Amino acid sequence: MLWLLAAATLPRAAGAEEGQLPAPTPAQDISTADHSKFEELQGEFDSGREVTKACLECHTEAGHQVRQSIHWTWDYTHPDTGQQLGKRHVLNNFCTNVRTNEPRCTSCHTGYGWEDASFDFSNDTRVDCLVCHDTTGTYHKAPKDAGRVLETATTVHGKPLTPPDLGKVARNVGPPDVASCGSCHFNGGGGNGSKHGDLDSSLIDAPRSLDVHMSPEGGDMACQDCHVASGHELAGGRYDMTARDMQGTGKPGMRRQAATCESCHGVDAHDDGSYVARTLNQHSDRVACQTCHIPEIARGGVQTKTWWDWSKAGRLAEDGSRIHETNADGRISYWTRWGEIEWREDYIPSYAWFDGDMRYTEATDKIDPESVVAINSFAGGPEDADARIWPFKIMRGKQPYDAKRDRLVLMHLFGQDDTAYWKNLDWQPAIETAMATEGLPFSGEVGFVGTKMYWPITHMVAPADQAVGCADCHSEDSRLAGLNSFYMPGRDAPAWLDRIGGLAVLATLAGVLGHAALRAFFRHRRRAR
Amino acid sequence: MRQRIRLFSPFEIAWHWSQSLLIIGMLTTGFELHGTYRGLGYAEAATVHVTCALALMVVWVFAIFWHVATGEWRQYVPTTDKLWAVLRFYAGGIFRGEPHPFCPSRRRKHNPLQRFAYLIFNAVISPAIWITGLIYLTFNLFGDVLPVPLAPVATVHIATAYATLVFLIGHVYMITTGDTVFQHLKAMIIGYEAVETGPGPSNGGPPCDTESERPDGRIRTGR
Repeated sequence: MLWLLAAATLPRAAGAEEGQLPAPTPAQDISTADHSKFEELQGEFDSGREVTKACLECHTEAGHQVRQSIHWTWDYTHPDTGQQLGKRHVLNNFCTNVRTNEPRCTSCHTGYGWEDASFDFSNDTRVDCLVCHDTTGTYHKAPKDAGRVLETATTVHGKPLTPPDLGKVARNVGPPDVASCGSCHFNGGGGNGSKHGDLDSSLIDAPRSLDVHMSPEGGDMACQDCHVASGHELAGGRYDMTARDMQGTGKPGMRRQAATCESCHGVDAHDDGSYVARTLNQHSDRVACQTCHIPEIARGGVQTKTWWDWSKAGRLAEDGSRIHETNADGRISYWTRWGEIEWREDYIPSYAWFDGDMRYTEATDKIDPESVVAINSFAGGPEDADARIWPFKIMRGKQPYDAKRDRLVLMHLFGQDDTAYWKNLDWQPAIETAMATEGLPFSGEVGFVGTKMYWPITHMVAPADQAVGCADCHSEDSRLAGLNSFYMPGRDAPAWLDRIGGLAVLATLAGVLGHAALRAFFRHRRRAR
Repeated sequence: MRQRIRLFSPFEIAWHWSQSLLIIGMLTTGFELHGTYRGLGYAEAATVHVTCALALMVVWVFAIFWHVATGEWRQYVPTTDKLWAVLRFYAGGIFRGEPHPFCPSRRRKHNPLQRFAYLIFNAVISPAIWITGLIYLTFNLFGDVLPVPLAPVATVHIATAYATLVFLIGHVYMITTGDTVFQHLKAMIIGYEAVETGPGPSNGGPPCDTESERPDGRIRTGR
C-alpha cells in the first residue's frame, strides 16, 4: 500500500531523461517554388522598390497584407484601453520617440523612404520584402536613410556592412530565420540586446542552455513557429498580451494565432505524473511559465541596458570634443549625445502581477515629476482572472519633461538641422521642434524626470533542469519578495510563530535534558552511598 | 514476583511504529518546506511530505477502525486517578529511586499523565495538523470557488508542527524513565512488559492488576 502511494507521488525516474530529448522539429517549409528560376528575378535591380515590384507581380496580395500589419503601420489601437499605441505614437525611455527622428528609426521599418509624416503608407511598392525574406544574410538597410537599402559601405554599432547584391538576394528569398527578425528586433534601443533583455544576437545559433526552443541542439525553431503568421500578421506583441492562457493548444480547426506557451504545451504542461508535476501544473494558473523557465535576464553573454540618464548628456571634454566611454565589455557607458548608460547581464528579473494590458503614459498625460514615472503600466493581482505573476526587465532612467506643464516630451535627436539634439546639444529647441511637429504644446522649460519602463520577459527559455527552483520563491529571500498580497508557504509564516515555536522546542529540550541530568546525578549519589 | 504481560498487540506495534516513522518524516520535510533548514531540496521534501501524509491517512483509517472495534479508545479517556501521584513521581520520586506509582495492565496501559498527553496528541494536535494539511493539499481543487485564506490555515499547520515536535521530544524522553532506560522501548517493540505482581512487591511499588490478563497474552476486548 505504502509502496503504491509512493510510486504514485514520486517523480518518475525516466522524467529527467525525457527532458533531455530534443523537442520535435517543426515541419520544414518546403516551398513549391524556386525563386532562382523566376524570370522576373533575373538580372540586376537598382533599388529595393524595383525588387518589391517584381515580388508583387506574383504575390499580388502581399503588399496589401504587409500594409495592414503592425510591422508597417507602427500603429496599434489597444482593444481594451482604446489607447493609440504602436511605435509611431508611444514614448519610451530609450530614444523616446520616432516623430522627427524618422530617417534613423525607420531604418527598421519594413518599408522604403519613411522620411517624415508625409510618407505614403498606401503604396505597395514601398514595402520592403527583403528585410524579412532574405536568406543570404547579405541584405542590409542603410542605418540612417529611412529604411532604404544600403548603398555605401558603413559600420553600425561596430559591425561593418556592405551594400547587398539585390538580384542575388531576390533570387534567394525564403521564410525568415532568427537573424532576419533579429536584424531589427535584436538591435532596438541603441545596439545589440539594448532594449528587451531577452532578445539579442546570442539567439542566433543559440546553445541549448540559452534557448531550448530556438537552439539547433534543441527545437531548432524559428521566431514564426511561435509568432504564428497568417497573411503577414504575426501573433504576439507587447501591447495586448495573453498573460494567462487557459485555452491551451490549438488542435486542427481551432485557434492557431497564439504565441503563448500554452498554445503548444497546453495548460498542464508538466506531465510525468509526479506530485511535483501536478503541483507545478497547479501553479500555472497564477504563475506564468516564463517566471520559472526564464531564470535570468540577458543570459546569452550580451548585456542589456538597464539605465539611461539623458540629463547627463551634452558633456564635452576639455578640448571641446565629444566624449565616448565604454565599460569593460565594450558597451557605451557615457556618450555626449546619449548621456549615462548602465548595462547588465545574467540578472534576476523583477516580478509583478500582470493582466496583459499595457497602458502607456502619453505626452498628453500629466505626470508627477517627484515620483519615478512609469512609461507603461498594467494591472493585476491574485484575484484577477486574467493575471499571472510575470518576469520583467525594468528599464530605468531620466529623460526630459516639460517642467512647467508636467508632461513627458518628445525630442528631436536625429538630423543635420539647427535643432536636432545630437548635432546641436541644446535641449530646448530639440524638444520644441519635436513637440511642434507632433502638434503638442511645450512651455519651453526643460526638466529631467526619473522614469521606468516594464519589458515582459518571454524569450530565452532555458531547459527544464535550469528552471527556477521551488525554494527560490518559497523561502525568506524569495524572488517574489515584493508580491505581498497573497500567502506563500516558506516565505510568509509570521515571525512570532517561529519565535514561540522555537522557544517551546528549546524549553522542552532543556527540560528533558535537565531532568535526565538530575536523574543521573541522584542515581550516582544513591549508588555512592 | 515479576510477570510478563502483553501490553501491546501486533497491530498496535505496527501502528505505532509506522505512525512514528511517518510523523518524523513529515516533521523533517515539513520544517524544510517551512524554511528552517535546507536538506533534501524543496521539491523532494514536498514529495516526501505529501507521500507520508497520504500514507498516514491510510494508517489512521485502520487505527481508528481498530480503536472503535476493540474499544481500545477507552485507553485515552482522561482520569485524575493517581494523576497527582504520577506527577509527584516525575517531579521528585524518580530522583530518589522511588517505584513508579502506576503499574500498567492490559486494561490500563497508560498512566494518567500518558492518557492526557496522548489524548491531546490524538484529539487536538493531530486533527489540527491534518485538517489544515488537507486544506493545503486540496486548496487548488476548491480555492477558486471557496477562497479559504491560507494564512490562518498555514499558521495552525506550523503551530501544530511545533507542538508535535514538543510532544515527540517529551515522548522520546519519557520512554527512558522506566526501570531501565530501554524497558519501555522494548515493550513497544516486542509488546510485552515485565511488571510486579502479587502481594508485597519487592520494590515497594503498588500491586499490579493482572487479573484481566490471560496467560496466553491475547487481548481481551469490549470491557
